[in-house]
Amino acid sequence: MPSPYVPYEAEILERVQESDTIFTLRLRFTDPAVQAAYRFQPGQFNMVYLYGVGEVAISIVSDPLDEHLLDHTIRRVGRVTEGLAQLKAGDRIGIRGPYGRGWPLQQVEGRDVAVITGGLGCAPVVSVINYVMRRRESYGKLTIIQGVKHSRDLIYRDRYQAWAAAPDTQVLIAANSSDALWPWHAGPVTDLFAQAQFDPEKTVAMMCGPEGMMIAGAGLLAQRGLAENAIYLSMERNMHCAVGLCGHCQYGGRFVCKNGPIFSYPEVKSLLGVRGF
Amino acid sequence: MTDASAKFLVRAGLQQLLALIEASGFDCIGPQVRDGAIVYERMRSAADLPEGIRASQQPGAYRLEQAGDQRLFAWANGPQALKPLLFAPEEPLWRARRTEHGFAVEACVPQIAPLAVIGVRACDLAALAIQDKIFLQGPYPDPCYAARRESLFLVAVNCTHPAATCFCASTGDGPRAAFGFDIALTELDDGFVALGGSPRGERMLDELALPNATAPQVASDQSAVEQAAAVQIRSLPGRNLRDALFANLQHPRWDEVASRCLSCGNCTLVCPTCFCHAEADVPALDGASSVHQRQWDSCFSEGHAYIHGMQLRPEIRHRYRQWLTHKLGSWHDQFGASGCVGCGRCIAWCPVGIDITEEAGAICGGGDA
Repeated sequence: MPSPYVPYEAEILERVQESDTIFTLRLRFTDPAVQAAYRFQPGQFNMVYLYGVGEVAISIVSDPLDEHLLDHTIRRVGRVTEGLAQLKAGDRIGIRGPYGRGWPLQQVEGRDVAVITGGLGCAPVVSVINYVMRRRESYGKLTIIQGVKHSRDLIYRDRYQAWAAAPDTQVLIAANSSDALWPWHAGPVTDLFAQAQFDPEKTVAMMCGPEGMMIAGAGLLAQRGLAENAIYLSMERNMHCAVGLCGHCQYGGRFVCKNGPIFSYPEVKSLLGVRGF
Repeated sequence: MTDASAKFLVRAGLQQLLALIEASGFDCIGPQVRDGAIVYERMRSAADLPEGIRASQQPGAYRLEQAGDQRLFAWANGPQALKPLLFAPEEPLWRARRTEHGFAVEACVPQIAPLAVIGVRACDLAALAIQDKIFLQGPYPDPCYAARRESLFLVAVNCTHPAATCFCASTGDGPRAAFGFDIALTELDDGFVALGGSPRGERMLDELALPNATAPQVASDQSAVEQAAAVQIRSLPGRNLRDALFANLQHPRWDEVASRCLSCGNCTLVCPTCFCHAEADVPALDGASSVHQRQWDSCFSEGHAYIHGMQLRPEIRHRYRQWLTHKLGSWHDQFGASGCVGCGRCIAWCPVGIDITEEAGAICGGGDA
């Protein structure tokens, strides 16, 4: 019986500093057979291992068609990610995955997509934006609503500008507090919902961010007439095993690692915002 | 289930059965008294069994007493279930060794001597079936658990002396072992009614050439186990408390029980079904290798719900509520059954005597929602 716990060695081909605390590692498995067999869906995650330190669950930001590279955008926030932040091109880390249920991108082909994020949690949905942009003809209108605490937290700035210029695409960005020359909205991201132009009948919303923001966002989307089952959220909990055995990521009856991390709003609605779950 | 195929094993014959099990290649694990409690440890002969021992159990209390008779299995379970024999309290999962440019990883697979466990209770067989579902029947079976489980030989002993903390009759998991054993015994004054539960168990009983159990022996077996169900004083208010618990997430009882709970995690460690575990890396001092270990964890621990700088269950009421709503509620969503088998360990081994049946009753009221 193969061990589901064993990571595979991967080499950092490139390291990109995205902000003071956020960086991207572009990776390739050192074993070509592992690289060739690796497949994932946007919204899925890997367990990223730093030698001698431990593992963390990190979502995948690259596109499934990028056969040669696997990208992880990581915020320096704890013991393992502090260590990962010190690495450079040529260093080796461990990867096992992909795990979990990704965004329902194939199921919603032909529909409009609204991507909504808050805080720094944009990486899981940036994979959605990239996916839709790369397959533009398969989807309708794309609406991107992104909120950050401070304007300096906005990463991928040039990409947002490029997306804003793309046809059939609306980009709305807000920062709770901002530096001078901030070209976007100053205030909470929820201010932007009224400006978003989408047809609630045709739109599927995909959200990622702090739970308070997702709860507020789901409420505003519902007010705009979106059906609850057209709203998807990316949940985050403590994870050790990533295969539904260690118990840390339980959210009521669901394991975020194997039943999620992407859930439809009705699946998680009853516990959202209940402190202690 | 006593039936026509039941045999009778005289008291002195137990040693022959143990010898036969050992001769078949198993190391025998059996109940023994250690530090004032009955635990399952490696045994050499039937003389190691806890003769004449009774276990008095109350919320927050466990005492052994010597009754002075020949009974070997006249006690209800001690702190230890089958769990640590299969799901090790601590074990390495894999090891990474530094190489010239990076590292190489090898999985750790436990080297297992086939084990036979003597004296397994019905509640623990029910718990074993639950842990099998968790560790073996999902999309990622656990190779360490599987290696130990594969070689396990189980001799159940039906419970005739439940403790005041027991409530297996109310959960439907005992006191008679209904499945999952190779041989099941019921202890009577002069010996054991014996029943095969698997082809290899039946073969072993055949080898001992035992006489059929007589009608009075079968009747004694029947009444002893029925009596063991009838004397149980505790019960849960229903077998599926999922809806009742989740409808009462803001019940004032959570605050009340939290004022008594120490968040020590004893309940989760003695629980035969709790499966939470943490993974951590233990690098060698010379940096040349690092072992990825797993260790039992508890939803009462500080780190269980910790995520990048946030503790999602900062208060004890959150942790107790997580434990109870999972054990009796959301377990149904995950595994199609309750996570409680009525063994009562969490009641006896709680240092402040919190009683799961009392808490469930207070929060869920009358029963199944």
